[in-house]
Amino acid sequence: MGGGHLGHAGTDGLLIPGSTVVHRAPAQLKIAALLVFVLAVVATPREAVWAFAVYAVVIVGVALVAAVPVLTLLRRLRIEVPFLGFALFLPLLGSSPRVQVLGVSLSQPGLWAAWNIVAKGTLGVSASIILAATTPVAELLQGLERLHLPRALTAIAGFMVRYLDVIVGEANRMSIARQSRGYDPRWLWQARALASSAGTLFVRSFERGERVHLAMASRGYAGSMPELHRRVATANERVAAAAVPLLAVSVCVAAHLVP
Amino acid sequence: MHIPDGFIDAPTSAAAGAVAVGGVAICLKKAADQLDEKRVALAGLTAAFIFAVQMLNFPVASGTSGHLLGGVLAAVLVGPYIGALCVTVVLSVQCLLFADGGLSALGLNVVNMALVTAFGGYVIFLLLRKLLPRTVGGVVASSGIASALGVVLASLVFTIEYAIGGTGGASIATVGGAMVGVHVLIGIGEGVITGLTVSAVLASRPDLVHGARDLYERAPGGSPALVGDAA
Repeated sequence: MGGGHLGHAGTDGLLIPGSTVVHRAPAQLKIAALLVFVLAVVATPREAVWAFAVYAVVIVGVALVAAVPVLTLLRRLRIEVPFLGFALFLPLLGSSPRVQVLGVSLSQPGLWAAWNIVAKGTLGVSASIILAATTPVAELLQGLERLHLPRALTAIAGFMVRYLDVIVGEANRMSIARQSRGYDPRWLWQARALASSAGTLFVRSFERGERVHLAMASRGYAGSMPELHRRVATANERVAAAAVPLLAVSVCVAAHLVP
Repeated sequence: MHIPDGFIDAPTSAAAGAVAVGGVAICLKKAADQLDEKRVALAGLTAAFIFAVQMLNFPVASGTSGHLLGGVLAAVLVGPYIGALCVTVVLSVQCLLFADGGLSALGLNVVNMALVTAFGGYVIFLLLRKLLPRTVGGVVASSGIASALGVVLASLVFTIEYAIGGTGGASIATVGGAMVGVHVLIGIGEGVITGLTVSAVLASRPDLVHGARDLYERAPGGSPALVGDAA
């Protein structure tokens, strides 16, 4: 269901600093590569088990090159646990034909569906984890801008990411204040304190926004942030970044031709 | 409700992506005259607020909990167009940074949680405003009911998407029943919290509630324009 994933780590807390090829690659190339990679994975027929093995090897390879510790990768994979729970039910609920596995009658289409969700979901999440682990948030935003996302969106995202830590900190302080007054909600009708906290949080966020805007306007802000270090991708970087999605697309095409 | 990669097949995901791009483009166009450099900072802070609010897990019944989606809340507070943009930004950042929701499913997630809740929910809100008395209580009740229905609406749209391109072997009735059932419960929580949040904001800064502008247009002394006077 999402949520709750920001608890302790701030936005840049996800970054694993390093100077590998993957870290140095321009963000716009990494985002484009990620998009093509996950699209290829999703479009691969689920019966082509070998293709998913190739994708997994590619992901592990990139993680090794990027020096992302496998343990960290596995720990962050927990985000998909709710959907894995859903996937586990499919073989039990699915339609016939049914097969016997260790004495339990399981649905064959359900097993394929569960495999499909687990394999594609895990590959997609792993690829995103590697992107977030190797790209500072500021670069990620610049990358999105260089991919020609509408400026209003990247500007909203920029403010959001910069102030997330502040607002989350505010929310955590309010939560500690509630708890230290003995707030321990069990039922819905005890949510009133939470809601008035949310109202206060909105007013405080909004007023902070007003102050931030005034401060920026008085320092010469006129709608866009100056680009401090412009990163134009070199030809070599483009080729290197294209390797992963190209490989994925060819595996996907091959999987359709030879299932 | 953050759909991961591979849950819905590629053609359906791509179609939803096209719908999401179109919807967001309309929002950008409609919000353009409001989104000057002043409003962009405020929209960004609103997005950060929605992000933080999604972390508030509220109790649904003993033991289980749900968290706010915030689409209707954002639409009532800053208007449906900017509200939908804020939720879209939240979902995109969650997807890229936290791997919450697949990148190939981002279109689906934007349609369900940003466009359907912000617009579907806001239409319900406007209808209720017409039916209920023109008072603070009327605004609070409308936003609460609209956000509860908005969550259920989002789960219905998910069920339709699942029916078109779901990869699960389970029948549509099973999935739809479970999804809508769970989201009726979440919707009740969302409705209560949204209503109470709107009433808390109305109590301290009524000028910040877009959906209640008509109540405060002639407020003595205070201009309905939000920006600059409180800083």
